[in-house]
Amino acid sequence: MALTGIQIFKLLPGTNCKKCGSPTCLAFAMNLASGKAELEKCPDVSDESREKLSAASAPPIRPVTVGYGDTAFKVGGETVQYRHEKTFFNPTAIGGLIEDTLSPGDIAAKVKRWQALQYNRVGLNLRPELAIVKGGANLAAAAKAVVDNSDLSVILYSEDAGALKAATEALAGKNPLIGPATVANYKDVAAVAVAAKVPVWLKAKDLDEVAVLTKGLNEAGVKDLVIDTGARTPKKVVQDSVALRRAALVAQNRDYGYGTITFPNEITDSLALQVAVAASLVAKYAGIVVLSDLDGAVVFPLLLQRLNIFTDPQRPMTQTEGIYPINDPDENSPVLVTTNFSLTYFIVSGEVEASRVPSWLLIKDSEGLSVLTAWAAGKFSGDDVGQFILKRSGIVDKIKHKSVIIPGYAAAISGDMEEELPGWKVAIGPREAAHLTKFLKEFKVE
Amino acid sequence: MAFQVSTIKYSGKINVTPLGAQKIELGGQAAFPFYDFEGSLPHKTKLALQIWDIDPGEGYSAPLAEAYKGALGDPGTWAKKAVEYGADIVCLCLKSTDPNDQNAGAAEAVAATQKVLDAVDVPVIVFGVDNKDKDIETLSAICEKFAGKNLIVGPITDKNYKQIGAQALAYGHTVIARSPIDVNLAKQLNILLMDLGIKADKILIDPNTGGLGYGMEYCYSVMERLQAAALLQADDKLQQPIINMLGEEIWKTKEANQKTEDVPTLGDQVSRGVLMEVTEAVSLLFAGTSLLVMSHPESLKIVRSFIDKETDGGDLKDEGFIKVPITPIA
Repeated sequence: MALTGIQIFKLLPGTNCKKCGSPTCLAFAMNLASGKAELEKCPDVSDESREKLSAASAPPIRPVTVGYGDTAFKVGGETVQYRHEKTFFNPTAIGGLIEDTLSPGDIAAKVKRWQALQYNRVGLNLRPELAIVKGGANLAAAAKAVVDNSDLSVILYSEDAGALKAATEALAGKNPLIGPATVANYKDVAAVAVAAKVPVWLKAKDLDEVAVLTKGLNEAGVKDLVIDTGARTPKKVVQDSVALRRAALVAQNRDYGYGTITFPNEITDSLALQVAVAASLVAKYAGIVVLSDLDGAVVFPLLLQRLNIFTDPQRPMTQTEGIYPINDPDENSPVLVTTNFSLTYFIVSGEVEASRVPSWLLIKDSEGLSVLTAWAAGKFSGDDVGQFILKRSGIVDKIKHKSVIIPGYAAAISGDMEEELPGWKVAIGPREAAHLTKFLKEFKVE
Repeated sequence: MAFQVSTIKYSGKINVTPLGAQKIELGGQAAFPFYDFEGSLPHKTKLALQIWDIDPGEGYSAPLAEAYKGALGDPGTWAKKAVEYGADIVCLCLKSTDPNDQNAGAAEAVAATQKVLDAVDVPVIVFGVDNKDKDIETLSAICEKFAGKNLIVGPITDKNYKQIGAQALAYGHTVIARSPIDVNLAKQLNILLMDLGIKADKILIDPNTGGLGYGMEYCYSVMERLQAAALLQADDKLQQPIINMLGEEIWKTKEANQKTEDVPTLGDQVSRGVLMEVTEAVSLLFAGTSLLVMSHPESLKIVRSFIDKETDGGDLKDEGFIKVPITPIA
C-alpha cells in the first residue's frame, strides 16, 4: 500500500539534517511519496522504518520472473482490475503439459512442434512460451529433453521434493518455476528453491490455505511465489482469481499479492473446452494457463485474445512504415497507400489478400491514427503522402506505372497529391475495406 | 479468520428486456458478469445464430457452408436448422439488400422475414446492411408488416434513428442501437431513441463489435465501461442489454478462412475458426454481453456449455464437442 507523505514523515528521524538534499524531513517525505526521492539518501533512518517503508512501496501483486531467454515471462505485477483503468502489464503465459512418462524422443517431437507455433503480428512475435513437465521419477530427464529440443521455458510439477531437486539441477540457469508446494511438502520445496534461487508455485485446497502457504514459504525464505488456489471447476477458478485480485488491490492483503497459475487441462479433457476456460482466465487475471496439448487451432485464438486484452489502451498499435507486397505483385501491379494504425493495416491487407489481386500496399506513418482521424489531424495530407510515395517509400523502383489508390475517406487529399506527384493518377478507393475486392478486380493501372 | 472476498455494492441494474412474441428475457444483471457472489444475475446470456436471406455463394466460409449444407438460399430452412442447432434466437441478415451488391428492395426483405417467422417460433432479429437509406426502406416496411411481433430490428444509428425508430415504436418492436465503440455516443443514441418515445426496455446497445485480433479490445473496454456506468453509477440511459454481432467478425478474418494445408502452424481450419469464435465469445461474456450473435453451431454449443457451468457451477464435461486434431508441422 502506498503511504502518504505524512505517514512517511512519521517514520523518518525528524532531524532536518539536510544530508539527503532536501531542506527538511517533511520535504524529503513528500518527495518519497511522489517517487522523486529514494530512501537510500537518508543516512539516519532506522532499520525498522526502512523495512516498513520498503514493504509499503512494494507493488501490491509481486512480479515474479519465470523461465529464460526469449520465452522468459513475468507473472503478477498488475495494478488494476479493469484494463481501461490503466493497462494490464504481464500477458498470461500459455503452456502445454508434458508427462514424464513420455519417452525423450516423444518429448522432443512434441516440443519441437510447439516451438513452431509462432506468429508475427504488428511487429510482435506471438507464441506459447511454456512446457509444464509433470511426474516424479523421470522428471529431470523429461525436463532436460524439453530444454534440449526447444527454447520453451519450464514449469516443474511434482509433489516429490527430491524429484524437483534433481530436475531443478538439470535446468541450472533456466529459472524454472517449481512446485506444487503444499502444506505437506512446502518446507522441502522451499529448501530446493532457496538453494537454486528459483520461484515456487503453491497449491492450496482453498483461499484460506493460500495465506497459510504464502506465509510459510516466505518464512522459509521464498519470496517469489505463484498461486494455484486448487479450484478445478470453471466457475470456482474464475471466482478465486477475482477474489485474489481484489484481495491484493482492494483489501491490500500481502498474503494474496501474487500472480496465479491455472490448469484448464485439469478442469476438462476436451481441448476445445479447455480453450473456453483458458479464454475466461486470460480475461480474468490468470498469470499462467496450462493446456493438455498445444496446436495452432488452440493457441492462435488465445494468443490473439491475449494480445487484445494486454494491449495498452492508451497507446494505439502501429504497423511499421514501408512497402508490403501482397499476392506476389510485379511492376504492373496496383499500389495502395493507407495509414499505419495496426487495425487499418490488418483489415486492408486482409481484404487485398482475399481479393487475390497482386498488389503493393504502402503503409505511411500517421502516428497510429486510422484514415479518417489521420486525415482530420493532418497526419495524412496530400503533400506528405505524395512525398512519401515519391521519395521515402522506394516504390518507384518497383513499378513501371504511375498510379496510386488512396482510401475513400481521404479523397480530399487527391488534388494535393497530384501536385506533389506530377504525371501520376491518384485513384480514390472505397471508404470501407470490405469493398476493396470488387474495386481491385475492376481497377486498371495507368 | 476465514478469507472474505472484497465485494462491490452496485446501485443500478440492466433492464429486463423481453424479446419476440414469446417473451424470452434478456438482462436484469445487478452485478458484473458471473459475479453472483455480490449481486443477482437472473438471465444467462442468450445465443443467436446468424442466417442470410440469400445463398452466400462462394465468398462464404467453407466451415459455415458445410455446417448449413442444404439450408443455404432458403431463409426458412436455414432458420429451422439454426434452431435445431440450439439457437435461442435467429438473426436474419438482409444481405440481398446491400446496395453494393444485389440491392434488393423492401418487398424481398419482407418476404424473407415472413419465411423465417413461418418456419420458427423463437424471437427473430432482422438485421440490415448498415446503410442509412436502405435500412430505412427495408426495416420500416418490416416493422409495419409484422406489427406486434416484437421483432428486434437494427442496426439503428444516429443517421436513421428517427425513421426506423418511429416505425419500431408504432408497431411494437425492439431496436438495436449501434454506435461506434464509444460510451458517450451510445448514451446519446439511447437518449435520442427514448426522446422519440421508445421505452428503455425496447432498446439493445450494439457497441460495434471488433473481431478477435482485429480490434476486439476497443469494444471489450467500452463494454466494461458501459457496465460500470449502468451498474455502479446507475446511469439509466445506459442500462440496456448489450448485443454483439461477433460471428461475422470472426469468419470474415483471413485466418478463419485459410486452409489447414496452407498454414499448418494455424492448425485445423474448422477447429481454428470455431475456437476463435469461442474465444471472442467468452471474452465478451466477461465484458458484459447479454446476447451473442454467432455463426458456427459448434461454437454456440461450446459457449452454451461454458455459460451453464460458469453460472451454475459443476464440472465441465465433454458433450461430444469438436475433437481438435493435432496438425503435424513439417
